[in-house]
Amino acid sequence: MPFDVYLNVAVGGLLTGLVYGLMALGLSVIFGVVRVVNFAHGEVMTIAMYLAIVLFSALHLDPLIMLVPIAAVLFCFGYALQAGIINPFITRAEHMQFLLLVAIAIIIINVLLILFGPDAQSVQTSYSYDSFQIGKLIVDATKLYAAGAALAVALALYGFFQFTTIGTAIRACADNYTGALVVGLDVKHLYALTFGLGTACVGAAGVMLVLIVDVTPSLGPAYTLLAFVIVITGGLGSMPGALLGGVLIGLTEAMAGLIFTPSAKSMFAFAILVLVLLFRPQGIMGKKAA
Amino acid sequence: MKRKSPSKSQAKATSVSRRTFTAGLGAVGFTAGIAPFNIVRAQGAALKVGVLLPRSGFQAGIGQDCQRGVDIAAGLLKDMGMPNLQIMNGDTETSVDVARSRAEKLIGEGAQVLVGAFDSGQSSAIAQVAEQKGIPYVINIAAAPPITEQGYKFVFRNFPTAPMILGDAFANQKEIFATTGSAPKTAVFLHVNDTFGTAMKGGIGAVMPKFDMPYKIVETIAYDPAARDLSVEISKAKATGAEAMIVVSRLNDAILLTRELVKQRWSPMAILSMGPGWYEDQYIKTLGKLSDGPLSFVPWYDPNKPLSKTLEAALAKAHPGVSLNTNHVYTFEALLVAADAFKRAGSTDPKALADAIRATNITNNVSPGPGIMFNAKGQNDKLKLSAIQNRGGKLVTVAPKVAANAKVEWPLKPYDKRA
Amino acid sequence: MMFSRLFENVSPRALVLMAALLIVLFGAPFLANDYLLTVLILILYFAYIGQAWNIMMGFAGQLSLGHALYVGLGAYTAAALYVHFGIGPWIGLLVAVPIAALAGAFIGYLAFRFKVGGVYFAILTIAVAEFARVGFDHLAWTKGSSGLFLPVAQFTSNDLWLLRGQPVMFYYILLVATVLAFVFCRALLQSRIGYFWLAIREDEEAARSAGINTFRYKMIAVTISAAMTSFAGVIYAFYYNNLFPEQVFHISRSIEIILGPIVGGVGTLFGPIIGAFLLTGMSETLIAALHAVGLDIPGAKQVFYGICLLLVIMAMPDGIWPWLARRIGLSEREK
Repeated sequence: MPFDVYLNVAVGGLLTGLVYGLMALGLSVIFGVVRVVNFAHGEVMTIAMYLAIVLFSALHLDPLIMLVPIAAVLFCFGYALQAGIINPFITRAEHMQFLLLVAIAIIIINVLLILFGPDAQSVQTSYSYDSFQIGKLIVDATKLYAAGAALAVALALYGFFQFTTIGTAIRACADNYTGALVVGLDVKHLYALTFGLGTACVGAAGVMLVLIVDVTPSLGPAYTLLAFVIVITGGLGSMPGALLGGVLIGLTEAMAGLIFTPSAKSMFAFAILVLVLLFRPQGIMGKKAA
Repeated sequence: MKRKSPSKSQAKATSVSRRTFTAGLGAVGFTAGIAPFNIVRAQGAALKVGVLLPRSGFQAGIGQDCQRGVDIAAGLLKDMGMPNLQIMNGDTETSVDVARSRAEKLIGEGAQVLVGAFDSGQSSAIAQVAEQKGIPYVINIAAAPPITEQGYKFVFRNFPTAPMILGDAFANQKEIFATTGSAPKTAVFLHVNDTFGTAMKGGIGAVMPKFDMPYKIVETIAYDPAARDLSVEISKAKATGAEAMIVVSRLNDAILLTRELVKQRWSPMAILSMGPGWYEDQYIKTLGKLSDGPLSFVPWYDPNKPLSKTLEAALAKAHPGVSLNTNHVYTFEALLVAADAFKRAGSTDPKALADAIRATNITNNVSPGPGIMFNAKGQNDKLKLSAIQNRGGKLVTVAPKVAANAKVEWPLKPYDKRA
Repeated sequence: MMFSRLFENVSPRALVLMAALLIVLFGAPFLANDYLLTVLILILYFAYIGQAWNIMMGFAGQLSLGHALYVGLGAYTAAALYVHFGIGPWIGLLVAVPIAALAGAFIGYLAFRFKVGGVYFAILTIAVAEFARVGFDHLAWTKGSSGLFLPVAQFTSNDLWLLRGQPVMFYYILLVATVLAFVFCRALLQSRIGYFWLAIREDEEAARSAGINTFRYKMIAVTISAAMTSFAGVIYAFYYNNLFPEQVFHISRSIEIILGPIVGGVGTLFGPIIGAFLLTGMSETLIAALHAVGLDIPGAKQVFYGICLLLVIMAMPDGIWPWLARRIGLSEREK
């Protein structure tokens, strides 16, 4: 096979991986602070995707413009979810948290099914089919925009955690729960805030993914699983790790599909995950557990 | 040997129908003699049909589409002078467990015939219940060959198996190549790696050599049914330099594949699809002008049959904007089989119904071919497939000639040359 | 003998209750119609697997989210041996169970050697199960994703040896299996192993410093749990007569398996049984209730199911059985 095929596939995998990374980033942020594993992560993302579709078909608002407003709505949703339902569970065993979020996922999937019907829906923008050609390299325009937006959102989030008071407070919560309580931080509020940020993140990723994939109510679980693979690979709780994990998994799947058979490409992603778990359980960028 | 077997099966069919006839006669005589009151009630009473479809879960889209065929059936069957059907709906939730317990539940509530269930796994689970209970089961859609190879006596399928689909697809392709005077020399085969896709892939190796096709398949690319992104698959297909693309896909991946074709700037001479996806409303609605061109070789309807026009009109009235497709046609025909058998049997006795279904000979139907009739295994092996093409957001049938209403457009108009 | 103390610390009241339950369950097929029998089979199936899963999570504290792997391995091994060589399921079991046990031991070995625990262990189990799913999609010997079909003959008689027969046969097999699993688990809990497991579950560090070979006992838990689960897979294969990797190995199956024991009460002997009854019963009741009020909206049942699930775990954080046991006056030890 000619070299340019490999190059095209690699670039495509890299760009998709960045968007996957942003989606996983939300999961990582939530786990890093609240210590709850969000098993309804992909389902929450489909809510954002349907919001983008409704806004587009009713008002012709471009998803990339609606990125911030939709992320804001998802933030409120996440905040309410954590403060209202999940918070009592943060001190309970993992399998109880798991069950809680599975129940939430079942509800989300089927409410979406009732509201929007089972058919796949998508957004058709003026640039939906654009691609840029540079020599033999063809770059998918929507993927490029989405990857750019993913980097921007990730940077903004990083800035928030590093340079704002609330961001610092949240990090304090994550580092030392009891300490945070002692110095009088409103931990419940901060947790809800973090959960909101995580869902806003995955919401933003969903808005961008609407440009690339079609939405059905049952899309969620596959993305939940994907987010897990990425986050564990990159390092649960590490922000750069999530992006790196996304790129690594995106690239691996693309190259495995090209070199072996595409139908088995997720096997390679799982294989990487298993290897990482064994040899670097904290993930590529994760901090060693205390 | 070769000459003997058809006559043998013919003799068998006649004997079956004769036996059924006498049995039916006996039943009528019996009821007439003992309880004349019952006969009046029997005529008025409806046949209870349990319809099992995956209306939620992963296959919800297709299940709900099939349900449209159920919704319009009642009125149509009445117009045809068929007895009333009382539909009992059951949602399989795209799960084999649920399919099985729903089948038991519907039978427990008095269902006298079962219809469904689109998916091979679910259909197979229902078939076992039906067989155990001795309740006739008419499969609307499911292509896995083993279902009618189990020696079932109460299971009937008015839908082609994977090898049948392939055989007809190749025959129709050759007809198209002959009319256009042009044929691809190479093809790349992309298929979704699910039940239907692998059955078709397995069939290709066995069936294709019999047809002496002008092209050879240079590479086979299988992809994940849950694929989120098919850019790699198209890059790989494009790199083979094949002239045509043969696909077995589903709806979502058909849309993804087309988008990638446009973005990666590859327009093959033809897209030959042997499965769902490429002709569906959602495909056309989503892709607009870019949806034109692909040829689908699928179980379809014969647009020249009168009942097709009636069915089309009924669907247009009930669901404006939804065009008639495989899901509606074969779900409707399954109900037609049930109603027709009920009419002939004149009784709701499951055994009498099963015998009547086995003797089915419906020529006023919708699907292409001579009509609906079942062989000893309960399979309608006379079914024909059509070649359809997307044109200007509509679907036309281009082969076989007897069931065609348009000429094929050839080759595929390149994606970058469309306004 | 590990079974000698089986009835120790069991109050007469509990014995009467259990005996009554057993009589009801053994008599059920004579009263239930076929639909109810199908539902009961499903319930027992989930109760049995729930019990097997519980050994790993409830006793030894290792959260597995990939138990569909062992179901699938059991089902596929026995079915493939039957289809290819005509080997009956009970002989097939002798191959299927070791294979599943080995798979469990493999995962356990990797995880415990490399100190993968908690959420990470759970994800590892998912990853291996998903790996197997995609692998079986490509395994030609078991017909890949086109599905493995077992020949179905006429069910005129019950052939217990080849597992060809009426649902009622599968009901009794599963009932016996569930009872045996229950007894076995009680015996395990009362044995040394059981005490070590509980110690590990409560505090692994403390258990290790107390001199317990935690690696060894966690390995035992995983292996036993995997082996037991694979038996359910064999039954599954011969009950449904067709297998698709998407159907048996899928993560949604793994989740279904563990809902029952968690809702019923993790670590309790009755929890998996109560949970299976409650969830499957709830599911069927919801369908009937929605049908009765004329609400035929696909998805509505699942929404109510999700809400019920939510309410149950919010109201009863330890599961139903501990709560119920207090209500019917059974002591803490009998949970």
